[in-house]
Amino acid sequence: MTDTDQTAPALVDVTLRVNGVEHTRTVEPRRLLSDFLRHDLRLTGTHVGCEHGVCGACTVLVDGDPMRSCLMFAVSAQEHELTTVEGLGTQEAMGPVQQAFVECHGLQCGFCTPGFVTTISAFIEENPDPTLEEAREAISGNLCRCTGYQNICKAVVRAAEIRRERSTSSTEAGERA
Amino acid sequence: MKPAPFVHHSPRTLDEAVAVLGDVGHDGKVLAGGQSLIPVLNMRLAQPAHLVDINRVAGLDTVTVTDTSVRVGAIVRHAQLEKHDGAYAVLPLLRQALRNVAHPAIRNRGTTVGSIAHADAAGEMPSIAVLTDAVIEAIGPRGRREIAAREFFEGPLQTLLEADEILEAVRFGRFAPGTRTAFLESARRHGDYALAGLGVAVDVEGDGPDAVVRGARAAYVSVTDIPVVLDLSEAVAGQRVSSASWDGVEELVQAGIAPEADIHASSDYRRALAVELTRRALTTAATTTEPATTTTEGHA
Repeated sequence: MTDTDQTAPALVDVTLRVNGVEHTRTVEPRRLLSDFLRHDLRLTGTHVGCEHGVCGACTVLVDGDPMRSCLMFAVSAQEHELTTVEGLGTQEAMGPVQQAFVECHGLQCGFCTPGFVTTISAFIEENPDPTLEEAREAISGNLCRCTGYQNICKAVVRAAEIRRERSTSSTEAGERA
Repeated sequence: MKPAPFVHHSPRTLDEAVAVLGDVGHDGKVLAGGQSLIPVLNMRLAQPAHLVDINRVAGLDTVTVTDTSVRVGAIVRHAQLEKHDGAYAVLPLLRQALRNVAHPAIRNRGTTVGSIAHADAAGEMPSIAVLTDAVIEAIGPRGRREIAAREFFEGPLQTLLEADEILEAVRFGRFAPGTRTAFLESARRHGDYALAGLGVAVDVEGDGPDAVVRGARAAYVSVTDIPVVLDLSEAVAGQRVSSASWDGVEELVQAGIAPEADIHASSDYRRALAVELTRRALTTAATTTEPATTTTEGHA
């Protein structure tokens, strides 16, 4: 142990925009983004599994791109727009991926689900009409110990379908209005 | 699994970053994408007292295509380089290899230059650096220096980079006209560390099924301690791309690799795998329809 190890480094003010809302907290620089979301902001929808980037449960969207929140420091996420599973729908108004998971039985215990929902939400923005094969590839970085993945793959395809249906109906509504 | 405490430095310019790392480099690390470093910190395999976070340093996030190289700045994400059409047009091997680097979520944050600085024997991009005869651009308190990728790697996780130096960019060299490339690896789960893998560059003369192979080079992943270029030319030269047999490469590959055993695969299995992957990668490269590096302009 050196002297530096025993002296706690100065705390830092971290300001993050999460799901459109700005939050500031004072934390240690070593605060992982995943812990910042869960402990400091009480946004416990983001789950923490392995804490070394393998399981994908903690995946959040950083400027729309899926990233592991356990492999980022909160202090590094400043100036970026974050989206967590809480920002992708509510129980009353589910997002397309959440709706598809319900319809396709895409979850059992639910622990891994937030990471799948964020990953798939970004994927269907990029690929609005994926094949089952592409769906499998898209979720290859997320682990699920319950489902055996078949229903999750179906949910990816279904989520893309729901997203297209919703955008068509909203366009039609817009045209009528 | 939480990192030990550290002081976080967030320089905005390269000069500032060099100055800070010059002061703390003996007990500090550069943080770029962090996709290899943060797991190491989380597991407390390393406890640097200082992190110099270069994510906000201006000017390090660009990909530049020139007549001779593709220059990749220190904080260019794997995904950014993978999707870069200009880079793909002149050096398709980059995209071919990057698709095998971990999972998309990791590629969105991790940097190509960072993975070369990390020098993991299972990393794809160190092998691509040597295969393309890349030049490493380092900067530190003593100024800038350039290091040939073939000399840069000293051992697993060990490079010629000094503790107070930052890897500013890597210039991947473009191949001669007529070079065809491929990248292939095998892992237990797509995106996991490969059991074995390789990039190949095949020199081809002519077009169509009658084109003739003049030579081939390969650089391996997970079966050599440091990335090295293996010259397979003597076993492949003179063959027609449409009917080539690659069986002659086995001896050369066996002599050029030294895989270790671990819980995922025995050394013998990795040897057999590396030979078979070499055959398949050569076939893919020789018959590829992806853009060959035949022109020196108009792709940037």
